[in-house]
Amino acid sequence: MTQAHEAPVQGSALEPILVVADLACFRGDRLLFRDLNFNLGAGRALQVRGPNGCGKTTLLRILCGLTEQESGNIHWCGRARARRDSDYLRDLRYIGHNDGVKLELTPRENLRVAMALEGGADEAALALALARLGLADFMDVACRTLSAGQRRRVGLARLTLGNARLWLLDEPFTALDNAATNAVRALIEEHLDGGGCAVLTSHQPLRIDAGKSASIDLGA
Amino acid sequence: MSKHGMRHAFLILLKRDLLLAVRNRGELVNPLLFYLIVATLFPLGVSPDPQTLATMAAGVLWIAALLATLLSLDNLFRSDFDDGSLELILLSPHPGVVLVLAKVLAHWLVTGMPLLVVTPLLAVLMAVPESARATLWLTLALGTPVLSLVGAIGVALTVGLRRGGALLSLLVLPLYVPVLIFGANAVGAAAAGLPVTGQLYMLGAFLVLALSLAPLATAAALRISID
Repeated sequence: MTQAHEAPVQGSALEPILVVADLACFRGDRLLFRDLNFNLGAGRALQVRGPNGCGKTTLLRILCGLTEQESGNIHWCGRARARRDSDYLRDLRYIGHNDGVKLELTPRENLRVAMALEGGADEAALALALARLGLADFMDVACRTLSAGQRRRVGLARLTLGNARLWLLDEPFTALDNAATNAVRALIEEHLDGGGCAVLTSHQPLRIDAGKSASIDLGA
Repeated sequence: MSKHGMRHAFLILLKRDLLLAVRNRGELVNPLLFYLIVATLFPLGVSPDPQTLATMAAGVLWIAALLATLLSLDNLFRSDFDDGSLELILLSPHPGVVLVLAKVLAHWLVTGMPLLVVTPLLAVLMAVPESARATLWLTLALGTPVLSLVGAIGVALTVGLRRGGALLSLLVLPLYVPVLIFGANAVGAAAAGLPVTGQLYMLGAFLVLALSLAPLATAAALRISID
């Protein structure tokens, strides 16, 4: 239950830009995974699969530096990543289970704060980002009045802004309807085509071009 | 990015917290009401005699301010922790210290400042001698930011715990004691016609110390809590 499969992304002509080596993680006394190795080249996506509680979220949190790994190394662009590496953080976009949407604020205000924290974006771009996820008519109403799926879209609207190269998406399709799922999938494809890479957890099939994606199973 | 981006992030986060406080009016008014109620209960419960009141006024107002701050501290990071905003804040490439400072400043503007505004009124109600009123206000002006800054460390350490409230008081109240001693003592000295510069300097020193070190400790504690 502990040994994770090794799944290097094959066939990439490019140098891997994210290299994870011998990663191990405990939660309390429980071993979630060890000897986890994978690497990811530009323009590639990695889907992390596995049953509930196998450590998918923890893996993403380790990758973004919120949680410390027990052992193992993470290299980004050929450089070992320190836990509070601001260059790495600038290259990173993390969408967690909780997407940091404040119910008292409007989608526009929420996105403005999120983007200011990550480096800033202008107002026109904010409006465009929200429109892309089907929130054009809800930009200025309190998020409290929005549905769960709409709130999730507010969190995901960050994906259209900025130029982070590594996306870490924790169950990005949760609560989304078909249209929004397709919109997010299109965003991911665009990101990959632009030379970015993504690690995501999802229980649904990714339906992204097989040449661009691979998967690993945790806790198999 | 840089400096400009950092200042932008600071201001946006400050504005966000103020906006949240305005939209959650209950949280805004609670500490102030608490302060007013505690201070008005003393004349009713102990004695309305101005002389009796004057001797304990400084202590009562200081303790009320301290407890009012403690009451409001949990709001500082709780909702951000629950909805994931805290992860966004900690994953920002901007220094955590700056962002923490924005949040603490917002907290002080929302809880400490209103206390300062009503203090002159309560000073009259509590029969603080006229010669000591300015000192009382000044000690609170120097002291309440320290309460917010130091309190933030405690909240950051306990925000990940389900029932952190009692632990928070145990952690934070001992650290408040020096501020309370110098604050209340200065008012007593002023009432007796003694110089108070010493106490004010001490409070000023506490403020500078808290301002420079507390955000560092808070940012580090948040990182531990979120792990």
